[in-house]
Amino acid sequence: MTRNRKYVFYGLIFVLALAAPFLAPDYQTQLAFLWLMILFALTWDIMGGQMGYNSFGNVVFFGIGMYTTAVTQRNLYFEVEQYVSVSGLVDAVTPSQYVTGMFLGMGAGAILAVFIAFILGIGILGLRGHYFAICTLGLTIAAGETAGGIDYIGGGSGMVAPVFPLALGEKGIFFYYVLMTLAVMTFVVFQRLYSSQFGLAINAIRDDEDKAEAMGLHTTRYKAVAWCASAFFLGAAGGATGNLVGFIDPLDVAFAGSTFGVWMVLMAILGGKGTMWGPVIGAAVFHITQELFWTYLFGWQRVALGALIVIIVVFFPKGIMGFLHHHWPQLFGQTVDEASSSEREGKA
Amino acid sequence: MSMLQVSNASKSFGGVLANRDISIEVPEGKIIGLIGPNGSGKTTLFNSIVGYHPLDSGSVRFQGSEISKMIVPQIARLGLLRTFQQTRIYGKMTCVQNMQISIPHRNTNIGHMFAKLPPEVMEKADHLLDFVGLFSKRKLLAGDLSFGQQKLLEFAMALMNDPKLLLLDEPTAGINPTLINGLIDRLKRANADFGITLLVIEHNMRVIMNLAEHIYCLAHGELLAEGNPESVQNDQRVIDAYLGAH
Ligand SMILES: Nc1ncnc2c1ncn2[C@@H]1O[C@H](COP(=O)(O)OP(=O)(O)O)[C@@H](O)[C@H]1O
Ligand SMILES: [Mg+2]
Repeated sequence: MTRNRKYVFYGLIFVLALAAPFLAPDYQTQLAFLWLMILFALTWDIMGGQMGYNSFGNVVFFGIGMYTTAVTQRNLYFEVEQYVSVSGLVDAVTPSQYVTGMFLGMGAGAILAVFIAFILGIGILGLRGHYFAICTLGLTIAAGETAGGIDYIGGGSGMVAPVFPLALGEKGIFFYYVLMTLAVMTFVVFQRLYSSQFGLAINAIRDDEDKAEAMGLHTTRYKAVAWCASAFFLGAAGGATGNLVGFIDPLDVAFAGSTFGVWMVLMAILGGKGTMWGPVIGAAVFHITQELFWTYLFGWQRVALGALIVIIVVFFPKGIMGFLHHHWPQLFGQTVDEASSSEREGKA
Repeated sequence: MSMLQVSNASKSFGGVLANRDISIEVPEGKIIGLIGPNGSGKTTLFNSIVGYHPLDSGSVRFQGSEISKMIVPQIARLGLLRTFQQTRIYGKMTCVQNMQISIPHRNTNIGHMFAKLPPEVMEKADHLLDFVGLFSKRKLLAGDLSFGQQKLLEFAMALMNDPKLLLLDEPTAGINPTLINGLIDRLKRANADFGITLLVIEHNMRVIMNLAEHIYCLAHGELLAEGNPESVQNDQRVIDAYLGAH
């Protein structure tokens, strides 16, 4: 694609995205979740796709952001005991208090998530391959169990977010734009990162980390930055999602390893891991398919989801992007050097 | 001046004594050879020098300072680089990208990490790919190259890194015999034109006789002989070691 056509393409998508909640007013919440899924897939892909570190622990940062935001909102405007016991007080926040509390909380959640990613990273980013994957899986489980045991954040029965003030308009539209902004920011920031030395470095780590070390790369730095970047956006998104869902369960919503934690991986793989658009496409296809399952296959939706996972892994091991690249290489900006490719054919 | 000084280096794996009391010296600006039958401990010595595994005893000095306690990337950033016997490149990246990320990381700060690569890097990458004869392949994935081409790419990546001392582990192994003379010529030019000191492990006697000014020969983990190419070639112990090994 030429530069101009690329901008027209981006422009069209952007206008469509802005208009979507008005074009499909019945699906505002689902569309808001679509942006969350895109953010999930992108933040997983920077680790698993671009750097080759398959993380099942990214959902930890999402949960941290969610709890941090809820605690911030609570502590700013309520006494802790009141809030837990008197549910009537929950909807006593004014619109400006709601918005201020939520955005402050999202910022705090993002920062805390980065901090924790950094500390955890020092400990486990030295592990390779399956050891890293299993360790991150352990983190998710530990995080859910730990959160369920802390009374300050509601323990096993979770926390409620303040009720969305009616004066702010439609809840679905509000969170649609919040999550869209976060997902678009993630995309833009990651695209910028991938076009720098950082992008080449994490690809090199993916392809052969021993070689990268032998060439003098600061591998530990790059790995930590990748995980922190991932944690930042997940933390912020967690804060918004907690308010959208309204109820924060430690295991089913915040540290939901068996749903969100697995979906992030699947969506990135389905779209094509290690590519810029793959996670976006994968998230869209996965989310829409899943919504259709809920609507048309109710009762069987889990089975259908399981079948979909098998189909993804068996038939699209390189994802939709890989499939498209393979069949229509020219369409996807793949640069084939004429001289060298014909030479290669001559040799083969 | 001495670029690299290994003194009394020993390394064992379980019961296998892979290196025993080995001392070698690589003067600045020279091409030095390291030969020996398979399993004689050559690669182990390289691994010890670049910090891949710790020495059991002995010392490694690079440009006068002790490096045997440093880790692999730190040593690489000092300008002591190695290539791998099994050849290691970044397979899912293009040749150009392989070159771009091989720039020296000596003075990399946080700002460089997120900066786009300057055009000079691009030019240098193209120039060096041309130097090893891979210019026309520059946009192909490195993993799609033939084994010999991957070896050439790995060599070009090492040059991209501006090392002071380059350790090459069997650079001609697996390369089409008709291309070996060209490679010897390029190694010599890397030494003469780019000023890179070379320490070369080589199995092929003809190649090393052509290349090195001074040769060390290992056998069974010990230093068997050293000297100029003729004297090593005619050393009865060296001949026996090679004959005995086959
Ligand atoms: N990581 C290792 N673990 C155990 N044994 C090893 C290891 N590396 C090398 N060895 C052993 O050390 C000896 C020397 O091997 P190596 O240095 O690779 O020889 P060369 O490169 O001269 O062919 C061999 O017997 C080999 O099996
Ligand atoms: Mg060897």
